[in-house]
Amino acid sequence: MKTIAVIGAGPAGIEAASVMARQGCKVDLYEKQEEPLCNIRDKALLFPNFEKADTIAEALLQKLRHENISLISGHEVQQLERNKGKESSWTVDGRQYDAVILASGYTPFDAHRKEELGYGIYAGVHTSLDMERMLREGRIVNSIGDKPRRVVFLQCVGSRDEKTGNHYCSKLCCVTAVKQAIEVSKMLPDTEVYIFYMDLRMWGQHFEELYRSAQEVYGVKFVRGRISEAAGTYDGRVQIKAEDTLLGLPLRITTDLLVLMVGMEASDGTRKLSQMCGICGEYGFVQSSDPHLNDNSTLAPNLLAAGACKRPMTLTDAINDGRSAACEILCSYSLPLVFNS
Amino acid sequence: MSATDFGFTISTTRIVDFDAANRQRYEELLSRVPSYKYCIACGNCTATCTAGGMTGFNIRATHLKFSRGQYEGLADELNKCMLCGKCVLVCPRGVNTRALIVNMRKLLEES
Amino acid sequence: MFDIFVLPFCAGVVALLAVSLMKYIRWINSFSKRQQITIRRNILSIKILPAIWEMFRECLLHWRITQRNLLLGYMHRSLAFGWFLLIVVGFVQALMACPGGHPFYAAIFFNYFEPRSERIVEFAHSQQIATLMDVLLLYVLSGLFLAMLKKVWSKPLGMKRTTKHNLTDRIAKFSLWCIFPLRLLAEGATSSIYGNGGFLVRWVGTVIAAIGLDSAEIEYLLWVLYSLALGTFFTLMPFTRYMHIFTEVFLIYFRKNGVIEGNKPSGYTKFELSACSRCGICIDHCPVNRELGISNTQGVYLLQTIRNKDLWHRAEQIAANCMVCDRCQVECPVGIDLATIRRQVRSEAHTAIDKPVGYNYLERVHPFNAIGRIAYFGGCMSHLTPGITSAMEQIFKAAGQPYWYMDKEQSICCGRPLLQQGLVKQAEVLRRKNRDMITRSGATMLVTSCPICYQSFVKEYQLSIKVMHHTEYIDMLLRSGKLKVKAGSERIAYHDPCELGRGCGIYQAPRDVLGSVGTLLKTKEERANSLCCGYNLGNISISTDQQQLVRDAALGNLLAPNPDTIATACPMCKRSFARANAIPVKDIAEIVADSLVQD
Repeated sequence: MKTIAVIGAGPAGIEAASVMARQGCKVDLYEKQEEPLCNIRDKALLFPNFEKADTIAEALLQKLRHENISLISGHEVQQLERNKGKESSWTVDGRQYDAVILASGYTPFDAHRKEELGYGIYAGVHTSLDMERMLREGRIVNSIGDKPRRVVFLQCVGSRDEKTGNHYCSKLCCVTAVKQAIEVSKMLPDTEVYIFYMDLRMWGQHFEELYRSAQEVYGVKFVRGRISEAAGTYDGRVQIKAEDTLLGLPLRITTDLLVLMVGMEASDGTRKLSQMCGICGEYGFVQSSDPHLNDNSTLAPNLLAAGACKRPMTLTDAINDGRSAACEILCSYSLPLVFNS
Repeated sequence: MSATDFGFTISTTRIVDFDAANRQRYEELLSRVPSYKYCIACGNCTATCTAGGMTGFNIRATHLKFSRGQYEGLADELNKCMLCGKCVLVCPRGVNTRALIVNMRKLLEES
Repeated sequence: MFDIFVLPFCAGVVALLAVSLMKYIRWINSFSKRQQITIRRNILSIKILPAIWEMFRECLLHWRITQRNLLLGYMHRSLAFGWFLLIVVGFVQALMACPGGHPFYAAIFFNYFEPRSERIVEFAHSQQIATLMDVLLLYVLSGLFLAMLKKVWSKPLGMKRTTKHNLTDRIAKFSLWCIFPLRLLAEGATSSIYGNGGFLVRWVGTVIAAIGLDSAEIEYLLWVLYSLALGTFFTLMPFTRYMHIFTEVFLIYFRKNGVIEGNKPSGYTKFELSACSRCGICIDHCPVNRELGISNTQGVYLLQTIRNKDLWHRAEQIAANCMVCDRCQVECPVGIDLATIRRQVRSEAHTAIDKPVGYNYLERVHPFNAIGRIAYFGGCMSHLTPGITSAMEQIFKAAGQPYWYMDKEQSICCGRPLLQQGLVKQAEVLRRKNRDMITRSGATMLVTSCPICYQSFVKEYQLSIKVMHHTEYIDMLLRSGKLKVKAGSERIAYHDPCELGRGCGIYQAPRDVLGSVGTLLKTKEERANSLCCGYNLGNISISTDQQQLVRDAALGNLLAPNPDTIATACPMCKRSFARANAIPVKDIAEIVADSLVQD
């Protein structure tokens, strides 16, 4: 029986573990936190269909319940190295495995780094994750505990930004902002909601329709322009400077809440482990062998990568990626595939 | 003049005539400030502009007009810049906006 | 006491004095009005004494270079001081040996005339003086050896890069390098025939005799060559880098008497240009050279393009690529005001310089009543670092100090970025407006968070109220007990901003403040040696990648002692280091605000 290690119990890791376990492999699933799925737990509803995050999380956790999967939580992997002698096998913190899937995922961009937006300095400035928590709790309030009269979302915080070192696009933030804008409008119908953007990347299925319904049904207002700086006002609101580029005039707006759509960066685990094994690509993410044909393999044999540890990706893509990594491994061992529900 | 014939007159100063516009200065500007190629006209520079808060000076609109060959009134606008440098500090694409302003001024002088 | 071979030397001396004097007189006549007034007021002041001391210390002893590198200082000193003493002691020798008077060239060619002329007599201690002359000659030759060594291996003399010299300079250097070996050989040849001279010369004489070259023809030839070398060098001197030998003396005199560079080039600028010895020390320290490998834009080359009309077309490009970090300025052994001269070149090259100034919109900004309050000028950049401004507001409140945050809503730039680009008239308009706002507000003091603004306020604004950088202000509050902080154990590495440190000389106040809130670590390149953070308004030619290379060098220096936090005193430095995302970067005001103890 083959023993596989999966590092990171996120959606990609769980899916990979689940598929391999059900095909007869023994899987050790390492997770740094005490509980798996740390990035989904705080979410309220998921795009594009407003599915509850808890439902998806529960379904994923259900997949973990298999005798072949051993979840090792609260354990941060320190050492990941090739076995000397037995060239194609790996040692993870002292234990030997035939193959490893790295699924150590992402971490959200730390909005404190964009100091001019005042996160951590002015009370009304939040990140999209803070907003997600507020939506989960069903309670959105301004800095003095009242219902906000205006909420402003700012796209591309920490992404597409030379000044933070992240030139890439984090892919999900555009649709997430539209989703959150709709949720806020639903919860607070009298509140004005604005989204400030450079581009609106509505690439996925139903995304453009979501954008349209945000305008049509929920009255979300879109302004093409970046917010250069935020300042706190005496009454706990936030005043922001932007340019309305389509009009060609500077714009100043005072809002109760400023929500920063933070991007996705490689997590500390991803950075550390990928550097340790020489598979580190740009921005600390894992470099796959080939973006078309071999997106799960890396330059190191029998070390695969799945999920957001390679690049920002959606939940669907992460689950699919975990499954495909598992299939890579199964195919390489020519194990017969067993189909069950 | 443009080859399109809509069948009714259009005031030529009201359109950007890409065919007729003199874009040589723009090409020269690109060679002097190569980072200008990266500009996506996001407007962050204009948003943060110190002079922009007090006057109609709009750096993004100015350089876009320059690139389209619409030079009228630009020299006076560029004179309002205090060269404070905030725009360089906020540009997400790393465009050297100060060099852009200084060189636009020079190119408008040179012709 | 005459021979025809002394003529080249005499001609050289006459040419040198004539050309030099002509140049100096012409330059003095084209001093600016303000400079002329300064000179007339101070011409016979007591300042002549410190001026003479500085001339001795720098022109002869090369004290500043010695502090940088012992061997390099020795090399320059031996040539300068050694030759100076050779001339002086040589005159003493001639004076004492010719009781009936002597022509001036006798001191230079003493060893030739000594055995031939009756007018030269033995005198008490003549042998000791001859020995002394030989010791001095050896001293100069040792320096010459080091200069030759520097050509092939400059590292032991602390120089990684040296100046590329033009043809005239190289010919002059060649003739200079020939002078002392030729002197030694000529005196040795005379000694091989007549046996005169000190220990060294006599030894050379015996060697010459041993190889059979002790003929009168060879002796004469050597003296001719020696005279030619001297004559060539002196004739070329006013047209080469060696003009600095005399010019530096004048420069020190003027500078000590308070003459400074103005906004336009003047006769004083001509003195500064010629006082440059092309030593190349400015290249070595420049971050554009050290981190980016660009070594043709530094001060020495800038001055060259001004002096040489054929190179003027390159002046604009050379003047532009400079961080204005002042590292070259603190190192320059002559103390040339490179920053102001660069600004003059930028002015001349800037087309906007003569345009009407377009800041009429500033009329709409109104003054504010701030009587009894401190005016706080955040600076344009501080809008992008609200952490600093909110920390300062916290500090003002904790100290119970009423303040007026001048540029919270609308900011008017202090004008220094314009000034650095050479736009002097435009900068003056902004200054006038800001000065008007500050004066009319009735504020008692001005505190600013940005060192660039601070330097502008202190050096260019001429305000009647006191100006402080916020680190000085916090230091004052801590000392007077108006602000209380708790000591922490955070290990902090402090970065001296170019504008605050080298620009204004404030090194200690930030350190004292940091010492009360954490453990301050020492770094290798600190205080006047600190490295530029990469972000600056002085250089518009540099790309973001290049800025990061400069920053990485500074960052490496700060991270070396393993700090927990990097402390800065400038919003631009803070942004530059924060972008690297290595360890937390905080302004001193933020660190203090976090450590406040509320009563």
